[in-house]
Amino acid sequence: MHTLSLTELAAGLRARRFSSRELTQHYLARIAAHDGALNSYVTLTAEQALQQADAADARLARGEGGPLTGIPLAQKDIFCTEGVRTACGSKMLDRFVAPYDATIVRKLHAEAGMPMLGKLNMDEFAMGSSNETSYYGPVKNPWDLARVPGGSSGGSVACVAAGLAPVATATDTGGSIRQPAAFTNLTGIKPTYGRVSRYGMIAFASSLDQAGVVARSAEDAALVLQAMSGFDPLDSTSLEQPVEDYRAALNTPLQGLKIGLPREYFGPGMAAGVRAAVEGAIAELKKLGVSVQEVSLPNAPLSVPTYYVVAPAEASSNLARFDGVRYGHRSESAKNLEELYKKSRGEGFGAEVQRRIMIGTYVLSHGYYDAYYLQAQKVRTLITQDFQRAFAEVDLILSPTTTDVAFRFGDKSDDPVAMYLNDIYTIAANLAGIPALSLPCGFSEGLPVGFQLMGSYFSEARLLNVAHQFQQATDFHRARPAGF
Amino acid sequence: MSLSPEQVQQVAHLARLELAPDRVPLYAQQLSNILAMVDQLAGARTEGVAPMAHPLGLTQRLRPDQISESDRRAIYQAHAPAVAEGLYLVPKVIE
Repeated sequence: MHTLSLTELAAGLRARRFSSRELTQHYLARIAAHDGALNSYVTLTAEQALQQADAADARLARGEGGPLTGIPLAQKDIFCTEGVRTACGSKMLDRFVAPYDATIVRKLHAEAGMPMLGKLNMDEFAMGSSNETSYYGPVKNPWDLARVPGGSSGGSVACVAAGLAPVATATDTGGSIRQPAAFTNLTGIKPTYGRVSRYGMIAFASSLDQAGVVARSAEDAALVLQAMSGFDPLDSTSLEQPVEDYRAALNTPLQGLKIGLPREYFGPGMAAGVRAAVEGAIAELKKLGVSVQEVSLPNAPLSVPTYYVVAPAEASSNLARFDGVRYGHRSESAKNLEELYKKSRGEGFGAEVQRRIMIGTYVLSHGYYDAYYLQAQKVRTLITQDFQRAFAEVDLILSPTTTDVAFRFGDKSDDPVAMYLNDIYTIAANLAGIPALSLPCGFSEGLPVGFQLMGSYFSEARLLNVAHQFQQATDFHRARPAGF
Repeated sequence: MSLSPEQVQQVAHLARLELAPDRVPLYAQQLSNILAMVDQLAGARTEGVAPMAHPLGLTQRLRPDQISESDRRAIYQAHAPAVAEGLYLVPKVIE
């Protein structure tokens, strides 16, 4: 059952070939058998999942429910789940049981009827590109257990790639959906900023954070993104734009589509195996009727430095809420209020979170604000204008998702700047707020390679359409890691 | 721009973070490397460019000024490390 697509699972449920309870039990058994090797789940919610499965079975028996009813899903542990621990990969929230549901949690479980298998491991507060910053230990890549799954949504991709969940939620602030999807042969989409509600999603950098999906195909991703998207009055940055029918758009022919290749993304620094796979994908798209031309995003090389001002600045502000007073970790040894703040935060946050809080505090401090923060926000305008100019010429932009395949544990964990440069191809989309998707296009050294498609605002349907057509013509996304 | 261990301690104080003393030199080196990377921004030509406020140029949506929340104090305070009579407890502030 764990190799079926969401559409096949839905058909099986409706034809009574299996029940949602049986499907959910199948996944719980697979998690028990395999997750010891991967560490993708931090909290299992088996009892709740089975209750939700029974409710889904009852809905289906009445002829009710939608295309996802009865299909289990796992949640990145950044989304608040009422009555279930929500730790965000941090000691700070190790004992935090959320008092309310995130909007997408409500939409996917209560409304769409998907049983929740559990909460997934991630880099602490979503700060990381390897899942090595999690308080709960690193997640392993099912394609090679000595390698990272990518981050911050490492648990999300590992469990879906290994068949320990049919599909999972994820979030992306600088590449945290797309880079791990590329490292594990999955399809991951980060929608337009504001497309999916951020209510109940623990904040890292509020002007960049966006929730999305990791799945085994564009079609699976389309179904779940459909159920997650839409206006939410509880999120002040949620957009009132109507949601397109993503599944209906999947089969639009690609004839006449214009795709741009930004020259800044195809320079040196890309591994030969990645280049070969991405060039193969471009050739395949041409066969489908796509025309390809070079475009320029001249400020794209400034994406990483811009991001490492804006994101830490916002993080230092967002994470000020963790004070040891209202919720979260509280130091036992503080003698006065200032010590309570300092010790609780010193003990509760890991090294990467502390680094980002300090960078953010520094760039916002008196005397440095103009040179760093204001300048970064101006460069962000330039990066966004580059995209607007490019999208006047082409429909979509294509690039590699990462410079290389998944790296080994410890390779970059002592060198923050080397780790940050991992996201060199993905960050610009977050800075501009545009949607972007990563999908598989081959293998190098036996490890998956992904490529990225970026579109203008609200082009999710088009991105999923192109990815789906590519996946109708290729088999890369069907490959599964051995041993799972 | 590079940061000395003393500057790291000052920034940590501003951020209300207690750092283990043996980690300060490593932090100083790592934060300096990050700032050196960030310094590329200084070369960008941004005269006359407006800083970005929202990717779609939108302004904050307002809602009617009506009470929409119910009283959930007891639920929220159940997560607090120390409360009494509806108040959050902290160590003594005034000696």
